[in-house]
Parts: sequence; structure tokens; C-alpha cells
Amino acid sequence: MPKATTVGPLSTPAVSPRLLWTALVVVALMLLITYLVAFDQGAVSRSGMYLHELMHDGRHLLGVPCH
Amino acid sequence: MSLSEGSPAPTYGALLLRGLIAGLIAGLLAGLFAFTFGEPKVDAAIAIEEAASAQAQAATEQTSAAEEEPLVSRDGQKGGLFLATGLYGIALGGILATAYTLLRRRLRTPSDTRAALSLAGAALLGVVLIPYVKYPPNPPAVGDPDTINQRTISYLAILVIGLVAVWAAVVAKRTQPTEWRQAAAAVVGFLVVVVVGYALLPNVNEVPETFPPDLLWSFRLASLGTQVVMWTVLGVAFAALLSSTRRPASQPERQPVTTA
Repeated sequence: MPKATTVGPLSTPAVSPRLLWTALVVVALMLLITYLVAFDQGAVSRSGMYLHELMHDGRHLLGVPCH
Repeated sequence: MSLSEGSPAPTYGALLLRGLIAGLIAGLLAGLFAFTFGEPKVDAAIAIEEAASAQAQAATEQTSAAEEEPLVSRDGQKGGLFLATGLYGIALGGILATAYTLLRRRLRTPSDTRAALSLAGAALLGVVLIPYVKYPPNPPAVGDPDTINQRTISYLAILVIGLVAVWAAVVAKRTQPTEWRQAAAAVVGFLVVVVVGYALLPNVNEVPETFPPDLLWSFRLASLGTQVVMWTVLGVAFAALLSSTRRPASQPERQPVTTA
């Protein structure tokens, strides 16, 4: 889509395969954090329910289903 | 593509750093909002939960084994609230910055601020408002622990559907030549995905009849407010930080939009 790329060529780096891989790793890391905050029940964090209980109020108020 | 003029494009690292910082700010402010308006409701709901379980114990005449010590105290949980919203904000900021990096050129606007705000707005619509209407958040004491896996899967599904709906709106809009037809196409594309998604996913109604409706309402309002604060602050802070990726002095005049 060459038309779509004519606007704002200066505001982001060109999307290269290397950038895509980096982005993929970063997003995976971010999703892991989100998982630990919002969905972990001890299976991944190996902390039992500690993380769950610690961030319990955050889960409720961020709209994530919780017990 | 002319990459020769003006300041060089910021690197992904520079954009990501700004996203993470914006996320931390957004997360802490959302935490502050949740602490102020949400925690009283959580406390009230927990009081109801405890009263109910105490009653149940009295009924079965169990000698409760020393009121089972909680893993984290209520005060700990209130501190943990900020940890949760802070980490969540950072993660969302990282994802927003990545989306911005990869999608900036497709957003067809010369304004970085508009690009950042529209991405954050799309996320607010897709991962907050659409899920919120289908699966409104519930305070403690509401919800059957046995269905948590099913509810989590449904919640993740509605997040995806929300994002697909926003995407469908943009795609549909771009098929149309005139402004009013673009607006109509966007709404239709959006609604088709949302309605189908809502119809296919199971309904959840686990609010006990005895739970006070006004408390449920105010909890849900506080939760909505928390998430709206999160995404609006994230979008605005990210847009603000973006302006520092450009060298102010040598910044050339923007070329006019060339897309049709």
C-alpha cells in the first residue's frame, strides 16, 4: 500500500524484519506482565496465590474476572 | 517515500521508552482513582462476603480453624492495587508504543498526536468499553469460583472481538469514497462484529439476589472510571512525550496530507 505510507514517513522507524522480531519479543514480555497482574493463579509465577491476593483489588477494579 | 528531509525518525527504543513512562504515569493515576473511588466499594463488598461466610459457618456449626489467616492483609492489598495498576499501565504503554511504531504509517494522519490519541482511543473502545458492556466487572462476593476459567476465556474472547470490531470499522471506512458513507460504513462494520460477538459468547449473571444493587452500580462505575483514566492518561501522556522525539528548532513545515 504505497499510498498509505506517504504520510508521516519521519515519525517512526522503517518497519524491518529485525524491528518486527524485537517488537514481537517486547509485546510477549508485556503480555506476560499483564498475565501476572490480571490472570495468574500461581501456575506461572510459582508464588501460590500470593500475587493473586496482592493485586486482588487491582484485578477487580481493572475489570478482569476474579474468583 | 521521502526520508531525506527533517529530523530523523525516532528509534523503536525511543518510542518504547516513552510508552513505558506514559504507562507508569497512567497506571499510578488510575491506581489513585481506584484507591479513592473503588476501594471503599471493595471494602463494602468484602464486608458482605465475610458476613455471608460467617453466617454459613455458624449454620454448619463449624469451629472455624482460627479464621484462616489471609495471605495478604487488606492494607497490603490496597498497596498492591498500585503495584497492579502500575505494572498493568507499563505493559499497556509498551504495547501502545509498539502498535504506534508498527502502525504509524498506516494511520493516514500527519499529526503524531492524533495518531497516538486515536490508537489509545481505539484501545479504550476495543478492550475496555466493548468488554465492559458484555461482561461488566464484579466486586468481591460476586461470582462463582467454579466458573472462573470459563469467565476468563470469555473475557479474553471479548477483548479480541473488541479489537477486531475497531479494526473492522477502520477497514470498512476505507472502502468508501465520501465522508458520510465512510462514517456509515465504519459504524456498520463495528456493529456487525460487536453484535455477532455478543450473541455468540455466553452470558454471565452471577450476582447474588441479596447483593445491594447500588453497591454493584457504584463499584462498576469506579471500575469503569479506573480504566478510562488508565487509557486517556496513557494516550495523552504518550502523545505529550512523543513531541520530545522531534528536534524543535529544525522541524520543517509539515507537508500537507497526500492521501486521498
